[in-house]
Amino acid sequence: MFMTTTVLKNLLTKYATRLYPFTKKETFKDVKGELKIEMEKCILCGVCQLRCPSQCIAVSKQEKTWQVDPFACVYCGICVDACPVKCLFQERLYRAPLAEKDMVLYVQEEKAPAAR
Amino acid sequence: MARTVLPFGPQHPVLPEPLHLTLTIEDEIVKEAIPKLGYVHRGLEKLAEIRDHTQMIQIVERVCGICSTLHAMCYCQGIEALMGVEIPPRARFLRVVWAEMHRMHSHLLWLGLFADAFGFESLFMQFWRIRERIMDLQEATSGNRVIVSVNLVGGVKRDIDAETARWILDTLKIVEKETLQLKSTIMDDFTVKSRTVGKGVLTKEKAYELGAAGPTLRASGIVQDMRQTGYAAYSELDFSPVVETDGDCYARTVCRFNEIFQAIDLIRQAFAKLPAGELAVKAKGLPNGEVVSRVEQPRGEVLYYLKGNGKKFLDRLRIRTPTFANIPPLLDMLPGCDLADVPVLILTIDPCISCTER
Repeated sequence: MFMTTTVLKNLLTKYATRLYPFTKKETFKDVKGELKIEMEKCILCGVCQLRCPSQCIAVSKQEKTWQVDPFACVYCGICVDACPVKCLFQERLYRAPLAEKDMVLYVQEEKAPAAR
Repeated sequence: MARTVLPFGPQHPVLPEPLHLTLTIEDEIVKEAIPKLGYVHRGLEKLAEIRDHTQMIQIVERVCGICSTLHAMCYCQGIEALMGVEIPPRARFLRVVWAEMHRMHSHLLWLGLFADAFGFESLFMQFWRIRERIMDLQEATSGNRVIVSVNLVGGVKRDIDAETARWILDTLKIVEKETLQLKSTIMDDFTVKSRTVGKGVLTKEKAYELGAAGPTLRASGIVQDMRQTGYAAYSELDFSPVVETDGDCYARTVCRFNEIFQAIDLIRQAFAKLPAGELAVKAKGLPNGEVVSRVEQPRGEVLYYLKGNGKKFLDRLRIRTPTFANIPPLLDMLPGCDLADVPVLILTIDPCISCTER
């Protein structure tokens, strides 16, 4: 008896859920999603690697690489705040599900020597 | 009839987390219950030895998936006390806002699970539909739905501007209205009452003696809420603990249901008094000495013991979660109840096993 009004309302209103994947939720501004890097800006200092609580980042100065394990990343955004040159950023979307685990590797291209 | 020993859990439809109880029953009446824990121990306290005191914030947030910000807040308060840091007033009020949002979503989650425990699935969905609005508030203000990760040693990371605050208050109005619509169902329904009223009575004396915490304690008539100690900005907000006197499953349900409205009221007060200013101060130095930090979580009082030695890494971190305190009262409630009421009784302490085992 107490639920009668609720039942009637549910019949007459639209769905409470979304018909995913046909309708997707609009993401909010500043949502902490997938971690990305602008490799050309990166100075390979390794601060992100030091600060990361889940130790998902590996930076190699010799090989000029920046690697992230997206399955270990906890989306906390500590690295983004800590980066001295602000080359890290988080997408507004989460990573799509995958069948196999992989690492994301970025390699810095050789820069032309700066003119002296 | 002879006594029968029945294993309950760790895999049971009503339990989201693994808790094992060895029940001794006689004619379907529980005579004795012995708990067994240790299925999800992760050793998070030990991590304090290899992660420095700032990285530990993200780790303690993951002690519990439901009250993450309260764990981080309790830990940060302890570290701030050790380092002698005074956080800005705006950060104190914003911590209250996120803490109360967590309380609301935790209680709505519990009310849904509780309805599901006695087979009222449509009520479960109604509560979880309301909860989704709170999850949206958390995602919009902090960037994540559950593990909001806003606390820092020395303040908070993110701000809530005036426009977002208005949107939050508008959403809370809808949440309040929708939750009130379910009030008669959870409180006056004959079927619900037949499963809750008079079941699992925990007397005031027993609750005090066995050291119950949170709504389990307050539903037995003891006025005790850690927020009364006035941490964060609670000393500047006007509230009194929600107390029930019966100490049965129904009283615990009513207590949690009313705390949702208390949380809405506290968020409104916090926004009304929200001072302008900076969000965080720079914490200088390293933690040295020992401190006990206490915070009221949705499930009750959480206690952090921190010991620093003037180095980056803490000497010792000890976490006592509310479910740990509520297991002895549960064992006191179980003898004498029907076997069919065991799932309902276990759920009324709002068990969080991952919290307890850390």
